[in-house]
Amino acid sequence: MFSFIVRRIVSGVVALFVVSSLTFFLLYFSATSVARNILGESATQAQVHQKEIELGLDQPLVGRYLHWLGGVLHGDFGVSWFTSRSVVGSIFDRLPVTLSLVLVTIAIVAIVATLVGVAAAVRRGWIDRLLQIVSIAGSAIPQFVIAIIVVTIFAIKLHWLPATGYVPLGGNPGGWAVSLVLPVVALAISAVASTAQQVRSATINVLSKDYVRTLRSRGLAPREILFRHVLRGAAPAGMTVLSLQFIVMLGGVVVIEQIFALPGMGFLALQSTIQGDMPVLMGVVVYIVLIVVIVNLLVDLAVGWLNPKARVS
Amino acid sequence: MSEPTIKTENAMDADALAGAGVTAEPARPGVLRRLVGNPLGLIALIILAIVVVSGIIGPWVAPFDPNHASLADALKGPGGAHLLGTDSAGRDVFSRLLVGARSTLIAAALAAAVALVVGVPSGLIAGFFGGWFDSIASWCTNVLMSLPAIIILLAASAALGHSVWVSMTIFGVLISTGFFRLTRTSVQAVRSELYVDAARVAGLSNTSIIGKHILFVVRAPLIIQTSMVCGIAISIQATLEFLGLGDVLVPTWGVMLNEGFINIYTSPILAVWPGIAISLTIGAFVVLGNALRDALEDTPKAAKKRAAAGPSRVSLLDDDETRGVALVKSNHLLEVNGLGVGYPQPSGRVKTVVTDVSLHLDRGEVLGIVGESGSGKTQTAFSILGLLPDEAVITGGSIVFDGTPLVSSSGGRLSQGRLAALRGKRIAYIPQEPMSNLDPNFTIGYQLVRPLVKVLGLSKADARARALELLGIVGITNPQRTFDAYPHEVSGGMAQRVLIAGAVSCNPDLLIADEPTTALDVTVQAEVLDLLRDLQDRFTMGVVLVTHNFGVVADLCDRVVVMQNGRLVESGDVRSILRDPRDAYTKTLLGAMLEGKTPMTMLTAGPDPLDDEMRMKASI
Repeated sequence: MFSFIVRRIVSGVVALFVVSSLTFFLLYFSATSVARNILGESATQAQVHQKEIELGLDQPLVGRYLHWLGGVLHGDFGVSWFTSRSVVGSIFDRLPVTLSLVLVTIAIVAIVATLVGVAAAVRRGWIDRLLQIVSIAGSAIPQFVIAIIVVTIFAIKLHWLPATGYVPLGGNPGGWAVSLVLPVVALAISAVASTAQQVRSATINVLSKDYVRTLRSRGLAPREILFRHVLRGAAPAGMTVLSLQFIVMLGGVVVIEQIFALPGMGFLALQSTIQGDMPVLMGVVVYIVLIVVIVNLLVDLAVGWLNPKARVS
Repeated sequence: MSEPTIKTENAMDADALAGAGVTAEPARPGVLRRLVGNPLGLIALIILAIVVVSGIIGPWVAPFDPNHASLADALKGPGGAHLLGTDSAGRDVFSRLLVGARSTLIAAALAAAVALVVGVPSGLIAGFFGGWFDSIASWCTNVLMSLPAIIILLAASAALGHSVWVSMTIFGVLISTGFFRLTRTSVQAVRSELYVDAARVAGLSNTSIIGKHILFVVRAPLIIQTSMVCGIAISIQATLEFLGLGDVLVPTWGVMLNEGFINIYTSPILAVWPGIAISLTIGAFVVLGNALRDALEDTPKAAKKRAAAGPSRVSLLDDDETRGVALVKSNHLLEVNGLGVGYPQPSGRVKTVVTDVSLHLDRGEVLGIVGESGSGKTQTAFSILGLLPDEAVITGGSIVFDGTPLVSSSGGRLSQGRLAALRGKRIAYIPQEPMSNLDPNFTIGYQLVRPLVKVLGLSKADARARALELLGIVGITNPQRTFDAYPHEVSGGMAQRVLIAGAVSCNPDLLIADEPTTALDVTVQAEVLDLLRDLQDRFTMGVVLVTHNFGVVADLCDRVVVMQNGRLVESGDVRSILRDPRDAYTKTLLGAMLEGKTPMTMLTAGPDPLDDEMRMKASI
């Protein structure tokens, strides 16, 4: 188990290093006219040149990369080219918004998808057919279209909930919850459908195992078999699906935060992409990949812990 | 067994697909006809055909220049010269919709092509040759799969510009992981198949083996996956365009949705048309993928799926009770009369696997049910236990256990609900395959104790003591160690002893043993048979022993019934059947068993096609 953890951590660190390095060279290699963009059309050639020196654009790429990497290892991602704010500062301002959104959504997805998926596997019938239809619709309608539909109905037509904006958790938990309802719903719909599908297959798979029949032959109540043995058997598959959904959601927040005007990581990512603010974009990429690596590691650990073969040895 | 009904677009479906893909039959002539015969598949094809035609001829047939702005005409409603109205710049919505199909198609085709070109060859090489390439490619796949696609596409568009060609090439690489895993898993599964070995022995080069045999196997799941990938790619590209990261000069559905969203308070209808267009197109790809799956894959599997959806199941959550059941007079512990078991087929026909089986068993008696695979002997045993698969139905007959009818007619259907109250109390079961019949996630002790507590009402401490005692009774030398062990920590013979201990823990009147020794080593077989005989004496149980082995029958049974093709062909006491089998099939079975040994009887089977078949099976 210990060597398994070490291997996973090393693999995660290597992945983080490779992805961030590739992204760095991709972004900075192409960042040629950025000084002109920052200063505007009216700036003189000399001013532009001065700015390029200021940003270090005259240095060779490899040298800038090593400088960046050295900073990152000390937790310093540099400053924004446009606002001169510290990248880490901007990210930490926005991380709570995105994490609130994603964690609340993933919790809801986990609960609802498990209930629906297990019910569809055990009862079949209408709930199963409904799940099939919703999951086809959920994969057919792009997430941002779902978000637009949700906003139009619940915010614009019915005025039940605010269309945009974010209230921090600290001062006003009620306002925080209300501000998150529509984004969470928009983010959760297709995730619930596809996760429930996977939970359903995993449950059916375990239900067809020989040991379930043998447990039934021992006279155990169906409920006992379902909740103790079948769910336990389907749990690793369910957790793996959730970790994949989590990754998809980290991408999904870009469009959701845009539509609901939430000042989160996705908003920051899009803004820095459109401006060409490479230090900020690099910081966002590294932090997002870091979050993914940590989540994958936690899920691997949980799945390994659930598996007696891995746990004992 | 893989469950073939996953219908989402997720990249992780690749594994499920791969599982199904291995058993999928390659495309046969008539696949197209089956696809068109499926109403959903036909609708999907029609929608896609419309999109393709619009994408090709759209720019020529569009009534207006899609980029022609005219502020005088801004935000007109549908009708008049502008079929679907105009947007905030006065551009014709219908024309932009028509022309937008092209960019949608480019996105789908480009991403799918890149994903296929990257994923399939690398999957073939990794799966076929393994080694360092496999390790590196698999690692890269895991990394790519753990990247949020949108974030990577944002970075790419910041670096390389806002173009569908850039974004969909990169997205193609990201999503090639699905194709890679699909191909690799399928190749690994078929690589060691006999026919691939045969091709190698016949001197075919690796390239032609891959080309002729392996690509043939993976092409069905690849086609299905491609359809799904097209749908996802369209969604992703539209998302980028919606975010303002598309080519501003090209009218696309994503840009139109952005336009609609900006005007959502004044003119929400603008978002409706591209929203419908894009959802219908992606939905068509998803539905087409599912329809292709149904058309390409094993029909029996699909049939089973449909049959399972039927209402005739003996559900896991049946909560029938025993109260108020009229006792039926019967002189035997177990009496089966005219039993029939069938499986409903998609055609509506019921495929019968057990027909008109009658047998009986008395207390303290051992009855053997003998037959080859598929003779219906296990189905008969499971009917007595009420543990038939969900999709099976009892088509007729009756089963009476100690005066209680176990199969009865309710609402025109035969139900087995009453068994729930008898299983684990008076009727017990020993399965064939020991390892797969213990839940790998719980200790052996837990699996023994839990029914004692829940079903028999013992206290925890008593149940624990009883479980340890039972482990001793079934001949396990260190009961405490086995009690604490997980199933994977014990041997097959030990696991079978554990299952026997579990079965007899309720002191049952009737024990159903389904080939209890088949999966065990020969020496362990003898021990387990001794144990069964011993326990049968000790508890004076009636035992139904399902087996294909006349040796086991001769060893343990008092009486025997012989089954073939779901019917009884002969029954009687063991001695007379061994000495003087009347039915030709019984003779064949005896002959097959006695081959190479000194015959116990004077009779050996003559040349018989079935005999040859069994010989052939034995030699494989």
